[in-house]
Amino acid sequence: MTQTDVEAIYAALAETIDRVTPEKSELFLAKLALLMAHELDDLDRVRALIESAELGLEV
Amino acid sequence: MRPAGRSDTESLYFTYPSFNAPDIDQRNTTTSSPVAIIGAGPIGMTAALALAKEGVKSVLFEKKNTFNDGSRAICVARSSFYILEHLGAVDPFLENALGWTKGRSFYRGKQILEFDMPDSKHDKYRPMYNIQQQFIEQYLWDAVAKSDLIETRWQSEILATHDHDQGIALSVADPNGHYTFDAAWVLACDGARSPIRKLRGHRLKGENFEGRYVIADIQMDHDYPTIRRALFDPECRRGGTVLIHKQPHNIWRIDYQLADDEDETQALKEATVRTSVAAVLKDIGYDGPWDLEWWSVYSANTLALDDYRDGRLFFVGDSAHIVPIFGVRGLNNGLADAANIGWKLGWVLNGQAAETLLDSYTPERRGATLDVFANASKSARFMTPNTHGWTLMRDAALSLALTHDFAGQLANPRQMTPFTYANSPAVLPDDPDFTQGPSIGAFLPDFKLAQGYVTDQLGQGFNLLCFDTSLANALSTAVPNLHVTYVPWSQALHDIYKADPDSAFLLRPDMHIAGRWKSANAQKIAQGFQSLLSSTGSNL
Repeated sequence: MTQTDVEAIYAALAETIDRVTPEKSELFLAKLALLMAHELDDLDRVRALIESAELGLEV
Repeated sequence: MRPAGRSDTESLYFTYPSFNAPDIDQRNTTTSSPVAIIGAGPIGMTAALALAKEGVKSVLFEKKNTFNDGSRAICVARSSFYILEHLGAVDPFLENALGWTKGRSFYRGKQILEFDMPDSKHDKYRPMYNIQQQFIEQYLWDAVAKSDLIETRWQSEILATHDHDQGIALSVADPNGHYTFDAAWVLACDGARSPIRKLRGHRLKGENFEGRYVIADIQMDHDYPTIRRALFDPECRRGGTVLIHKQPHNIWRIDYQLADDEDETQALKEATVRTSVAAVLKDIGYDGPWDLEWWSVYSANTLALDDYRDGRLFFVGDSAHIVPIFGVRGLNNGLADAANIGWKLGWVLNGQAAETLLDSYTPERRGATLDVFANASKSARFMTPNTHGWTLMRDAALSLALTHDFAGQLANPRQMTPFTYANSPAVLPDDPDFTQGPSIGAFLPDFKLAQGYVTDQLGQGFNLLCFDTSLANALSTAVPNLHVTYVPWSQALHDIYKADPDSAFLLRPDMHIAGRWKSANAQKIAQGFQSLLSSTGSNL
């Protein structure tokens, strides 16, 4: 994935989170996580990504 | 609870019988029995029938004078139908129960899942049947009343138990006074609130889930097939879950979840129940007349005893375990408990098996309960999530399910399949050459023959299922107490059992596989059967 692609995804996520409103953003992100995990089709990889997303939340 | 003006047993469709207390002279002539069963509900009656099947006498003690009006099981699973068939009681169930195979789940009014339970031409019975508990008890009672080996004492309460070397002395109270009854073995089938459990000082252990449900039966002329419906976050109950089941006699079971801040006393008032039910009916598009039959409240629990045995007393059914309703395992698990202890106690009392066989009851049946807990907890967490994380992911799954089938599968309730007694002391070590097909301890899958099914061929007691005439002939008289069931081998049969023509399965009276041999001979089978009955416990 190119730097441009990552930037496009970053923007799309920011805009969608704003559009769905703060009350629904958590639900939206949880749906997205399930959907992307299903697409990835790799349990170990998804578990590792969940762990890695949990890191640094308190920084 | 019943609507105002109707008594506890005044039903719209069922006439509760009234049973007299035992005649004082008659009850004084029989003061002991090999087995006493406490509680004449579906589990106690099934246990009595299972013992009678083995030729063993029992006396059933029941505190009330009629059938249960509190417990309301409605789903009877395929494996329970085999138990009922074995006990000679399945006909009225087949005649009157509503078989079903399908479930549908909805999220905010839109269907997100339709699931089919496993069902093929090899299955004699449907995966599930709906029938009211009163009828379950009525049909079992009809069989119990016909049996010369079962005596039932209604209006008879057990006040105390006293253990001695040869059995247990029960202090019984009935309208004619107090007396003592002596039994070599006692089965406590007295339900979730088991007075015997309290008398013996035992406690159920486990978890209580948060969700509370009101459970209501109504009568209405509603045109919908027997398909279990689950409504998630419906308009009538935002944030909650509703379950709908069809029962015979136009009776519909409606379970709806109470919100955390909903007051239980208020929720159980007749007017509140009527309003809540009316809202559900509006949601499913029913606008005809309906009548309220009965309602109650429950919450999901996973509770069990550490040990189902206490000396010469066994806990059977809900007295030993309480499971959430979502897996429809309360009654079905109890029937399997009763069938399990029934044949084992029968074989021990008849001198056909060593007393150590009874040591397998707790590991087998408590194992089945723990298995239910694991599955039911998953279901309960989906139906009534009790933390922010579980709620968020449940809502995410439901929302995603509107457009993606895989997410809808998360709403699929766990299937009711019989537990496999893999490491039980009452099964033989597996044959290492037999790597596929129904495994040791599993409930035997059925197979359709040219006429009927494999299970139609089974005889009383232990069966050896084999596919080779010379093996069948060699065994037919060689092994005492073993019924040889020959079924011709075919490729189609191989597809189900993964058996060669010279393979064989040793089946227990409860249709669980006690032993299997990829390449069998009479000697192996005779030795295996012998060791199973004489030294159970060796496989631990």
